[in-house]
Amino acid sequence: MTLLTSVFLQIVQMLVVLALAPGLTGFVRWVKARLLARRGPSILQPYRDILRLLKKEAVLAHNASWLFRTTPYIMFTAIWLAAGLIPTFSTQLALAPTADLIALIALLGSARFFLALAGMDVGTSFGGIGSSREMMIAALAEPAMLMVVFSVAILVRSTSLAEIADFMMSGAVGLRISLALALISLVMVAIAENARIPVDNPATHLELTMVHEAMVLEYSGRHLALIEGASMLKLLLYAALIGCVFAPWGMAGPGADSAAVIRGLATFVLKLGVAGVLLAVFETSIAKMRVFRVGEFLGGALLLSLLGAIFLYVSRGV
Amino acid sequence: MAFVVSAIVGLLLLAAVGVAASRIPFARGIVYGGTGALCTLLALWSVLSLAGGAGTEALALPLGLPWMTAHVRADALSAVFLLVVNLTGATASLFGWGYERAHHDARSGPVLPLYPLFIAGMNAVLIADDAFGFLVAWEFMSLASWLLVLSTHRDPDTPRAARIYLIMASFGTACLLLAFGLLAGAHGDYRFDAIRSHAPEGWAATLGVLLVLVGAGSKAGLVPLHVWLPLAHPAAPSHVSALMSGVMTKVAVYAITRVLFDLIGEPLWWWGGVMLVLGAVTAIMGVLYAMLQDDLKRLLAYSTVENIGVIVAALGMALVFKAAHVPVIAALAMSAALLHVINHSLFKSLLFYGSGAVLSAVHSRDLGRMGGLIHRMPVTAVFVLVGAAAISALPPLNGFVGEWLLFQAILNGPALPQWSLKILIAVIGAALALAAALAAACFVRMYGTAFLGRPRGREAEEAREVNAAMRLGMAVPAVLCVLLGVLPTPLLRLFEPATRLMVDAGPFDDRAYQPWFWLAPTSAIGNSYNGLVMALVIGVLSMVLVVAIHRWASAKVRRSIPWGCGYDGLDPLAVTQYTASSFGQPIRRAFGSTVFRARDHVDMPQPGDTRPARFHVTWTDPAWHAIFTPLVRLVARLADLVNRLQFLTIRRYLMLMFFALVVLLVMVAVTQR
Repeated sequence: MTLLTSVFLQIVQMLVVLALAPGLTGFVRWVKARLLARRGPSILQPYRDILRLLKKEAVLAHNASWLFRTTPYIMFTAIWLAAGLIPTFSTQLALAPTADLIALIALLGSARFFLALAGMDVGTSFGGIGSSREMMIAALAEPAMLMVVFSVAILVRSTSLAEIADFMMSGAVGLRISLALALISLVMVAIAENARIPVDNPATHLELTMVHEAMVLEYSGRHLALIEGASMLKLLLYAALIGCVFAPWGMAGPGADSAAVIRGLATFVLKLGVAGVLLAVFETSIAKMRVFRVGEFLGGALLLSLLGAIFLYVSRGV
Repeated sequence: MAFVVSAIVGLLLLAAVGVAASRIPFARGIVYGGTGALCTLLALWSVLSLAGGAGTEALALPLGLPWMTAHVRADALSAVFLLVVNLTGATASLFGWGYERAHHDARSGPVLPLYPLFIAGMNAVLIADDAFGFLVAWEFMSLASWLLVLSTHRDPDTPRAARIYLIMASFGTACLLLAFGLLAGAHGDYRFDAIRSHAPEGWAATLGVLLVLVGAGSKAGLVPLHVWLPLAHPAAPSHVSALMSGVMTKVAVYAITRVLFDLIGEPLWWWGGVMLVLGAVTAIMGVLYAMLQDDLKRLLAYSTVENIGVIVAALGMALVFKAAHVPVIAALAMSAALLHVINHSLFKSLLFYGSGAVLSAVHSRDLGRMGGLIHRMPVTAVFVLVGAAAISALPPLNGFVGEWLLFQAILNGPALPQWSLKILIAVIGAALALAAALAAACFVRMYGTAFLGRPRGREAEEAREVNAAMRLGMAVPAVLCVLLGVLPTPLLRLFEPATRLMVDAGPFDDRAYQPWFWLAPTSAIGNSYNGLVMALVIGVLSMVLVVAIHRWASAKVRRSIPWGCGYDGLDPLAVTQYTASSFGQPIRRAFGSTVFRARDHVDMPQPGDTRPARFHVTWTDPAWHAIFTPLVRLVARLADLVNRLQFLTIRRYLMLMFFALVVLLVMVAVTQR
């Protein structure tokens, strides 16, 4: 595979994640509505929402600083790049050697850092509540995710996503307890990081329960469109990440032809569909927990992933 | 080598100028300018020396004890640390010059004569080649910094801080003294060359290593010996705080590295295990302490404790891999440690300069009196943001590269032979990841309360941007933070002679080809990171995004009043705004309630009562609580017992003397027989 093809595939990847992200969010909402016996909005509704927000004027507080105005761009770029790094339909991406899984987690950390700062910029209490809770959740979710990365990396002997996907596809892994622990932990982290039930409720505006929505309360217009877009990209990113590491089947490997790439794309959409249904079923069958229970939830995730990593550290010889 | 020695002599001369400051015109300019120039030259010298392969140069000076000349020596390790010390020394001189003009307190003690002395002392530690010279230089550095802390003796907190610092510094030096005694062994030759060739073995080596860890660790701020650090570092003037936190702790790291990797010869694996545990505990405790602070400079000092923990853990990792004879991974961990040493010196000095800038504008270190400074101090705000992002290990800045390298070393944990170490390293990995995530939270809290939001007092409202010298002093480390994050490989190449000297391998040893803009250290785990491409891609993507938004989206902006939670507009006193302690509450509740016994006390008046509700947080430091307070009580009790001897009758004194004489005679008789 030449450099040119991998650059082309990288650009396609960046566009595909951008195009599919609102669709996934819309799909999850639609399935949830159906499970609750409502008709629900169309799957295309998030696309319309974003377009509508882009058309609206942005309302800023008098004392909003430049940081407040640039954060949506920084956040969107960081998450977009992170989503672009994950092999979704092909492992031959030009940016694969630039950044590995650790860099990907750090990119998500950057997005969160700036969003939390923006939440404190205007100086209202909602922004502060959101930021402080988000950072508390992140303080536990990030190490849990790094431990998942460690487990996978020790198994594959690489933190490069492309190599992980290739290795997992080769079927040399088999079933392992540590991988199961890592999967459970990663799912828990994904739920917390995407502000889904039971950690946060994406559909609420009730002050005592909200985390993510509180942080972005002051945003409007194009800025809000970017932030909403970034959140949708993040949901897609986690679905793609879980798919890439734990269910990499159907991806176009090295030296694949265009038919394989198209097959890869189709399987990717299918995987997103499955992930969306699972998420919707999970969310409708569970109640939201109190904010201060989140620490226990994520502490559990951290311990599970640590246990998985320890199994691997001990079991893998030199 | 002769150049380094003459530069140190030059610094001593500048100190003399500082002593006569009142009689010499432009003394402040001469001292800070001269120190800055000498530091720049020394930094350049160390870069050139490292680039030229860093041969070892030694020199014997006709100084010191009559039967023993002072030996000085500079090798690659000294050169790396000389670079770190003098780079920060140069920026601190620039910043300090501006800071003293902007924030001059006529009642404060002298700073000018002590400042060059302090830097000279640190440089002298790094080139000392015998235990005697090392300890003299070490004490020189400690006492100069102690006097610098005392320069703010009018502050009510300073005397206590200085007293505790003095006690801990003497304790640390005493430990080092004993350690060198053990290392020199029976033949008592205190030259480092002699120690290197006759390194002790068995219990003497172990005891010596532990004493070095305690002695140098107390200077570096390892938990639980950190208690003096967050008191003393913030008390000094801000550019001195930057030097103490960013650099003096690194001199202690140098001492640990010099003894454990160089002098002692073949290490035992469990020394590394001790360092890993100490480092991880220090990292987590340090950042949790930092999360509880409302004082800006104290927060930064506690964050230094955290970073020292990370560095010591990385050194421990290098030591266990060295002991297991996996030199390439040891070199990876060593590079991570050295990179974090220089990274931390950069962003911590930057953040302390930032705190100095805020202090000179707001006249307070209390986060509860700041807010909204991004509008009034826009340049400082940008630089501090860079520092906060770098210390939170965000890509593509330098903090992330150090963390990335460290995690790559941790991922090689299964290569170790000991089972206990394999499990330990996995746990250490989780602990360091937790510390990094908490550090990000801590600096969001710091930046969010100081620079964002609305002003919490009149002084914050009337703050002004600081002068050009201070801004330039912050600009240099900020630019370096970005540069080292984007292009770390040339720096790691530069440090390679030092890792080769310490662990007999370089981080790139098993890669034939290594382009200068790519970071792919070992093939044991085939990973790579490229900060340059990442920065470029981020740039291109954000350009695309900005262009797209401006092309297709509405560009209209309306300014309005945000929702003020029931107030008409925003409440004028900004009381509904989140404060530093309210921001820390979720993490305080999740982590602090058991470790620190952190409790929130709310005094809520009954309905109808018009007095205001009060809220305060109490917490106890487990290090004080478990170790130091009982120790102080014990010492006080012993002192009371001895004190009784002062009030005896003459008869009893004579009896005491008589008994002492008898005991001595008996001892002589027994030993002479």
